[in-house]
Amino acid sequence: MFLLIFLLQLSPPLNVQVFDTPNDKGKSISIKWKLSPDDSVLSYYEVFRTTDKKHEYYSRGIVLRGLNKFDDSTQDGEKYWYKVRAVSPTDFADSEPLGPVISYAQWFHHKRWNALILGIVFCGLVLWYIKKAKHGGSLFIRKISGLEAVDDAVGRATESGKPILYLTGLSDMSDVATIASLSILGRVAKRAATYGTPLLVPCYDPIVMSAAQEVVKQAHMEAGRPDTYNESKIFYLTADQFGYAAGVNGIMLREKPGAVFLQGYFFAESLLLAETGNSIGAIQIAGTPATTQLPFFVAACDYTLIGEEMYAASSYLSKEPTLLGSIKGEDFVKLIIIIVISIGILLASLSSFGILKTSASNFINWFSGF
Amino acid sequence: MRREVPLAITFITGFLLIIGFFIPHDPIGGLQSMFLQWYAIIAGFTMVLGLMTLTRIHTRRIVKRTQGFGYSVILIGAMLGTLVVGFYSGIKYKGLFELGTPFMWYYNNILVPLSATMFSLLAFFIASAAYRAFRARTIEATLLLIAGVLVMIGRVPVGNLIWNKLPIIAEWIMNIPQLAAKRGILIGVALGMIATSLRIILGIERTYLK
Repeated sequence: MFLLIFLLQLSPPLNVQVFDTPNDKGKSISIKWKLSPDDSVLSYYEVFRTTDKKHEYYSRGIVLRGLNKFDDSTQDGEKYWYKVRAVSPTDFADSEPLGPVISYAQWFHHKRWNALILGIVFCGLVLWYIKKAKHGGSLFIRKISGLEAVDDAVGRATESGKPILYLTGLSDMSDVATIASLSILGRVAKRAATYGTPLLVPCYDPIVMSAAQEVVKQAHMEAGRPDTYNESKIFYLTADQFGYAAGVNGIMLREKPGAVFLQGYFFAESLLLAETGNSIGAIQIAGTPATTQLPFFVAACDYTLIGEEMYAASSYLSKEPTLLGSIKGEDFVKLIIIIVISIGILLASLSSFGILKTSASNFINWFSGF
Repeated sequence: MRREVPLAITFITGFLLIIGFFIPHDPIGGLQSMFLQWYAIIAGFTMVLGLMTLTRIHTRRIVKRTQGFGYSVILIGAMLGTLVVGFYSGIKYKGLFELGTPFMWYYNNILVPLSATMFSLLAFFIASAAYRAFRARTIEATLLLIAGVLVMIGRVPVGNLIWNKLPIIAEWIMNIPQLAAKRGILIGVALGMIATSLRIILGIERTYLK
């Protein structure tokens, strides 16, 4: 009989570990355990804690069976004791109490050493190339046809007496793509102001609208045509995705712009916009870092700036050595990445044959933290 | 000063956020979420700015009776209607999106069908864009056509019926060449973002400040 009771008794979670949650800003203790051998019959695990070993433990939360981790919110500096209970519909079993554990904030995220080192290398290279460019070093940047066509597109719209339509995408000002788009807008607006071509900028976000108004205004001043600046041409449309697409398509069909610029982060509306632009015969230059939308732009637009080309646009168009230097630094980092990937492929291939297995796993683990 | 102050703010903010990525300890570690909260508050206020611009432009069109001013009348009417229904629902019910509120009815029966209509147009646009992209005029376009057809047929049940290797080929195209190209672009995008951010933080890139 005793043997039967012993056999039917639930096993508690094994090897319970209680520790301060690593790499956080404190106020958290992590509890980990090895699943109970009876995990399949359990309902859940329940985590208990106390601030005084002599006092009663109270529940802090439950974790479904099959899972073995719980993060508990705490007060930094206070001592805590924990135990984990395996609970089945008819029984339960507690682990041995563990503690005391104290939570505290960390001053460095130890899993981000790789990012720090590579970030320093990247920034160092970019800054070095900027310095080199400042001192007159020659920098070769390949031709980007989408950017070369910017002036042609503005010229074509001017010749045909049609306006230019510029879209900054559906992101807000916190997105680097929007900032890159505004840089291109400055260039387009300056050229349009020089030629006296109307420029329409319907915006998805009011902050972007304000920034775009400033950029266009400045472009008109630089072009010596402040009188031609019309603030109402840079306007807010709507913050609804398909409402925006409908509004822009309406503008395209009514105003029949000669050139359409789609620069920024776009989503499912990208093809709606690009195909409508195509149907009215406008020359279209698109640019986006959204890889899912790139095929649509490639299919429907005359030129497409693929990913990083859009970020390089302002540097490329301005031809300022300091800005070009940063692109050169970026290219050098790309070379490093290609070398790293090649080494990774080589090591992974060799390790599959049992050669340099440890080196391969160390190498991959170091980079996998990103 | 008009330029120096924004540049200094950009530099300090950018630098603190980079540091915050590596230092979880407060106050630096919590800066990102705090800045995002500030941004959300400012964004809320700028919505008023957007509404004002929209109202001003369309009211002017109505007053001047410019071509197509009827659309402006509809827009102003719809905007005011939404505001009235929104305020009414907000005051009378617990929240705007509670079931049974007039605003929810407005949302479900007007906005959702309109959005769905726009979205469904995508199917036709995809067909016309695909027709242009798939015309086998060059080697690249021919390769695109072949890959596209294989993926499309391989991903529908009839593909498996035609030849049971078609789904495998479609998966291979998506997982190997497609993913490799996509990752290549993504690495470039990430580096471009870092370089642009660095240019902005250091004040080299100032176009957005103009």
